Amino acid sequence: MPARPEVVFAGTNGGALDRVEDYEAAGGFRALAKARAMAPDDVIAELEVSGLRGRGGAFFPTGRKWAFVPKPEQLAKPHYLVVNADESEPGTFKDREIILRVPFRFLEGCLIAAYAIQSQHVFVYIRGEYEREFEVLRDALEAMRKRDLLGEITVVLHRGAGAYICGEETALLESLEGRRGQPRTKPPFPAIAGLYAAPTAVNNVESITTVTSVLELGAAEYATLGVENSTGTRVFSLSGDVVTPGNYELPHGITLRELIYDVGGGVPGGRDLKAIIPGGSSTAILTASEIDTPLDFDSLVKAGSSIGSAGVVVIDDRCCMVQLGIRVSQFYEHESCGKCTPCRVGTRWLTQILQKIEDGRSSQADLDLLLSVCDRILGKCLCPLGDSDAIAVASYVDRFRDEFQAHIETGRCPLGGDSSLEGILAPSAQHERHLHEVVHA
Amino acid sequence: MTTAIYSRVQKLRKQYPEPTSAVLPALRLAQEEHGGWLPPEALREVADALDVTPAFCLSIASFYDQLRLEPVGRHLVEVCTNVSCALAGAQQVVEAFERGLGISAGTTSADGGFTLGTVECLGGCGWATVVAIDNRHRLRVQAEDVAGIIEELHAREA
Repeated sequence: MPARPEVVFAGTNGGALDRVEDYEAAGGFRALAKARAMAPDDVIAELEVSGLRGRGGAFFPTGRKWAFVPKPEQLAKPHYLVVNADESEPGTFKDREIILRVPFRFLEGCLIAAYAIQSQHVFVYIRGEYEREFEVLRDALEAMRKRDLLGEITVVLHRGAGAYICGEETALLESLEGRRGQPRTKPPFPAIAGLYAAPTAVNNVESITTVTSVLELGAAEYATLGVENSTGTRVFSLSGDVVTPGNYELPHGITLRELIYDVGGGVPGGRDLKAIIPGGSSTAILTASEIDTPLDFDSLVKAGSSIGSAGVVVIDDRCCMVQLGIRVSQFYEHESCGKCTPCRVGTRWLTQILQKIEDGRSSQADLDLLLSVCDRILGKCLCPLGDSDAIAVASYVDRFRDEFQAHIETGRCPLGGDSSLEGILAPSAQHERHLHEVVHA
Repeated sequence: MTTAIYSRVQKLRKQYPEPTSAVLPALRLAQEEHGGWLPPEALREVADALDVTPAFCLSIASFYDQLRLEPVGRHLVEVCTNVSCALAGAQQVVEAFERGLGISAGTTSADGGFTLGTVECLGGCGWATVVAIDNRHRLRVQAEDVAGIIEELHAREA
């Protein structure tokens, strides 16, 4: 069993530190006091030393992001801290557990971050489906207000209304300004012209919560955890065909084998591991033979994938990779905001070509077309949503080409109706089914 | 004429430097007040309260999955069928609800009691299958749990 240092969940003993007295008794709010006794730039420097990088998926250094925000004397506009709590990457469910178990550590991190970028306005954009998480944060905030911990800072909890795209930072800002959540052209980056065209830092829940721990432990101490370029711990979301799915805080650099077998108990029913999605559904898939890949930024890049949001999905030998492609592509097609043509049209093409392959109606040219559509999406849109679909689907072909080939050559699915994803009804297919019924009624 | 939500929307507006930011919370509020969906009068109420047009409100409402432009049942049952839930047997859960409620996914029962649907990832992949019942998440739902859930909802109706 790998060592399990706790940073994000420190002091919870597997439960929740969700009462303000308990959090205070466990040393809560000391990091905030420590930060407020420092100059804002020194707090940013501390984050740079810690090596903390964004936990939402892009892995951008947190301290550097804050350093990009102009000083108030350089740009005389209000400054904003916007926290991205719109967790919706399939395979990822860590932020909600962080909010439920350590809401005060998270909110303390918000106040530290606001202090560092000299902002008095914090907006937490929380996904609309997270009801209990919203209530826990609302109550925690009220408890902190009563203890006068907020000072001059206003914290607004802003609830989304069901749109994956709003996890993309500029779409989130559009949504927060009261528009459809469609990504903006970058530059300008949010640090210069973000919310209401003012300087804005946008950070993920886990990043912000870790900020509190960095201040508490000290940056140098925090940086001893994990590995080079990927310091500290990570809350890995483990799901799929695994004995004990759940969120596990572990240091960066542990291997997929340690996570899946030592921590997660392996694949149930003595089945064989077939594939692993290492960082949420937008990351390239790995095969069972890549089980010894360490879970850190550099190792996953080397393996041709990405650590993404650290949502690890385990897939056993019952799953058809073409069906997996269909289901993943249906998701991105459904969530495409429609602003950029390659994504709006391309995600739909991917779903349809994959369906043709699965149904045994395809020829070799369809596989070429599939990969060509992937190429025509990649890097051609304002945000990475379409890329996510293209990267995922292309990786399934790359890693499991024989299986795609078998569909084409035999005109049927090799799993012959026994795939674990057989018949799964996606919301987009459900809508189309009804349209069909109306037309033929 | 001041509508029921007018004053509550004014409070929401004050939270933001720009009032348009309140459009999502205002639409959420209007939807709650109108039985879980946004009929044209709800869009007008929000528009009046925020000094925008009903068409603008419609453009927002049509973008977000949780904002509904068609009536929904008194109970809303939404089953996640994204990858992790699918691997855990979400389709069997969907079919158990279809049998138990006598409606197919994506429809509302004739008496207006239930709307059943599949949804994209609800962020509970490690506790699959996740089912949102009236927006509250039930975790680790299996097909054999469905009859009990339906019974519970019927009891709430009575």
